[in-house]
Amino acid sequence: MPATLFDKIWSAHSITTRPDGHTLLFVDRHLVHDATAQAFDAIEELGLKVRRPDLTLGSADHYVNTVGALSAQDPTLAEMTHRLLDNARKSDFAAYGFGDPRQGIVHVIGPELGFTLPGTVLVCGDSHTASHGALGALAFGIGTSEVAHVLATQTIWQAKPKQMRITIDGALGPGVTAKDVVLEVIRRIGTEGGTGYAIEYGGDVLAALSIEGRLTICNMTIEAGARSGLVAPDDKTFAYLEGRPLAPSGESWAQAVEDWRALRSDPDAVFDREVALDGGTIEPIVTWGTSPEQAMPISQAIPEPRLEADPVRRQAAEKALAYMGLRAGAAVSELAIDRVFIGSCTNSRIEDLRAAAEIAKGRRASVPAIVVPGSGEVKRQAEAEGLDRIFRAAGFEWRQPGCSMCVAMNGDRVPPGERCASTSNRNFAGRQGPEARTHLVSPPMAAAAAITGRLTDVRKLGYGA
Amino acid sequence: MPYVAANVDTDQIIPARFLHRARKQGYGSLLFHDLRYDDAGKERPAFILNRDSYRQGTILLAGPNFGCGSSREHAVWALADYGFRAVMAPSFGDIFYNNCSKNGLLAIVADEALLAALSDEAQRRAGATATIDLAEQSIRSEDGRRWSFTIDPYRQQALLEGASEIEMTLKAIEEIEAFEDAHGSKLPWTLRPALAGNAAADGRQS
Repeated sequence: MPATLFDKIWSAHSITTRPDGHTLLFVDRHLVHDATAQAFDAIEELGLKVRRPDLTLGSADHYVNTVGALSAQDPTLAEMTHRLLDNARKSDFAAYGFGDPRQGIVHVIGPELGFTLPGTVLVCGDSHTASHGALGALAFGIGTSEVAHVLATQTIWQAKPKQMRITIDGALGPGVTAKDVVLEVIRRIGTEGGTGYAIEYGGDVLAALSIEGRLTICNMTIEAGARSGLVAPDDKTFAYLEGRPLAPSGESWAQAVEDWRALRSDPDAVFDREVALDGGTIEPIVTWGTSPEQAMPISQAIPEPRLEADPVRRQAAEKALAYMGLRAGAAVSELAIDRVFIGSCTNSRIEDLRAAAEIAKGRRASVPAIVVPGSGEVKRQAEAEGLDRIFRAAGFEWRQPGCSMCVAMNGDRVPPGERCASTSNRNFAGRQGPEARTHLVSPPMAAAAAITGRLTDVRKLGYGA
Repeated sequence: MPYVAANVDTDQIIPARFLHRARKQGYGSLLFHDLRYDDAGKERPAFILNRDSYRQGTILLAGPNFGCGSSREHAVWALADYGFRAVMAPSFGDIFYNNCSKNGLLAIVADEALLAALSDEAQRRAGATATIDLAEQSIRSEDGRRWSFTIDPYRQQALLEGASEIEMTLKAIEEIEAFEDAHGSKLPWTLRPALAGNAAADGRQS
C-alpha cells in the first residue's frame, strides 16, 4: 500500500496499538528544557528513573537571562534553570546550562548538534517541537504528563492524526522569506486548519529553501493547529547534518543516508487534505491581531470585522483590534512601533541574523531593538561573521541565547501598551508581557521596523532586490 | 460558565510568567490571570469569572479552538485547580485536549447548538446547573433536556479510574525492550548512545 512519509516513520516506531486505536510509539530523541521541572517531580514520586538518559538532551532556554549575568536573573527564575541541571546530574543525561557554550533554545540546538535526525521520532514538552520535522523527523510537542511518561518509558501513546500535504510551487518574490510563507499558510488555512492533522510540506519553494528556512516553516505549524510539520529529507538535509557532533559518522553515516533516502511519500500516497499555494504570490506578511491567523500582506489594509460572517470570529476580530489599538480599514505599513525583538525558536538561526544584519548594516535603529541568537553556536558564528558588530553599530542590543522576549517568563518583556515588531511565533494577548502588542514579522521586516520606527515593507529598503 | 470566545490560547488561560510554581502549590488563583485581575491585582468586574453567579462554575462553555498555542499543562492545572470539572467547546487545541484527561478534566467536543442551549440557560438564570454523566456519556440540563456526547473509551477510563498511564505502560516493558532491540539493530544509527554522563555547568559558583 502506498505510504506517506509520516506513515513510514510512524510504522517504524509502532510498538503496539490499543483497541481504541492509540499506538505506543518508541521515542528516539527527547529534548527537555527548564520549564517542565514538574515532570521530573512526577517520575520521582512514582519511584522511577529516566529510562534512556543517552537519548535525552537538555538545555536551559525558557528561563535564561539574556543580558548575560546569572546574578542579574530573578532567583526564582534562575532556580528553574538550576533544577534542569540538577535533574540532569541526578539522571545522568547531558544538559547545557547558563554559560555553557552549547546552551541554546532546544529547537535550535537539536538540529545544530545533529541530535535531530531524519526518520526519528522526537518529542519535547514544548509545542514548537514541530520545528524538527524540517529534517524529516516525526516531531511533536507534548504536555508535562507526557514528558514524564517519555522520561520513564521512552515511549508515548498517540492517536494517529489525519494527514495534510501543503504544496508550495513557484518561486518566492524578492524580500519574501520562510516566515512570510508560513504566516501565509496560517492565514489561508486558519489556526484550526491543521488541528488533528500532521502536515507535510513540499513543492518548489520548500526544495529551494535552506534547512533554516524549513525549520521556520515547520516551527509555526503548531500555529496552524497541527502538532507536526514534515519536510522529506534531501541532499540539502544530508549536507546540513554531515559532520555535526551527534550525527552518525563513518560507515554509520553511509548507512543512515541510505535509509534516509527512502524517507519520502510514495507518489500515489493519499492525503486526507491537499492544499496548494503559489509561492510567487506571497508577499511580506504582518499580523494585525492577537491570533497568528489575523495576518495580512504588509501592503494591505486591516480587514473589516463586519465582513466576517461567523459571529464568534467577528467578535474575536473586534476584540483583537481593540487590544491592538488599531482600526479596521487602516494601513499597517508606516504604523509606529515602540520596540523590536529579533530571536525565538522561529527566527534566531544564522540565516535569520544575516538577513536582519543586511538591513541594519550602515543604518541606525530609531527604537530599542534586541537581537537574541538561538544558541551559543549561532552566536559564535554570527560574531565570526561580524554580524554582532553590524548590529551594535546600528544601535541594536546583542544578547545571550534564550527564548527571551517571545514568552515573557525570563525577564525580557514588552512593557504594557507598547507595540513590538517581533520575529517570534505568537501574537497572543499578553504573550510578550501584559498588554503588550505584538506584530509578527520576518527578520528583515523586524530590522526594517527598527530602523524606521514603523512597520515597513522591507522591499522599500531595497531588500532582496 | 459561558465564555464562548474564539481561539482562547493557553497564554490567556495562564500567562507564562507563572509557570514556575510547584504543582502542589496549586494554580487555581492564576486561572485567566490577566483577564481576571488588573495591574494592581484587583478583580476586573467585567470578566465573567468575577461575576458572583459564575464563581462556583464547574462546567466551562468555551469557543472554537479552546486551549490552542503552548503545550503548557499548567493551563489544565489552572482550570482543574479552580474547580472546573469539564470544558465543552466546538473544538480544542490538540495538545490541550490530550492534557485534559491526564488531570481529571473532562473535555467534551460539543456542537454549537448544544453549547448555545447551555449558554442561554446559564445566562438566563444565575446558578443554573447541568449534569454530566461520564459513564453513560450524557448531559442533562435542569429542565430535563438530554444530549449525548462521545469520548474515546480510553480517555473515559482514565478519567473514571484516574489510573497512572506510566504504570500501565510499564506493564508492557518486555514488549518495549524487545522492540527497542530490534529497532536498534535495524536502524543502528538511531540509538547511538553518545550523550550519557555529560551534564554540564550551569553558571553557579561552586
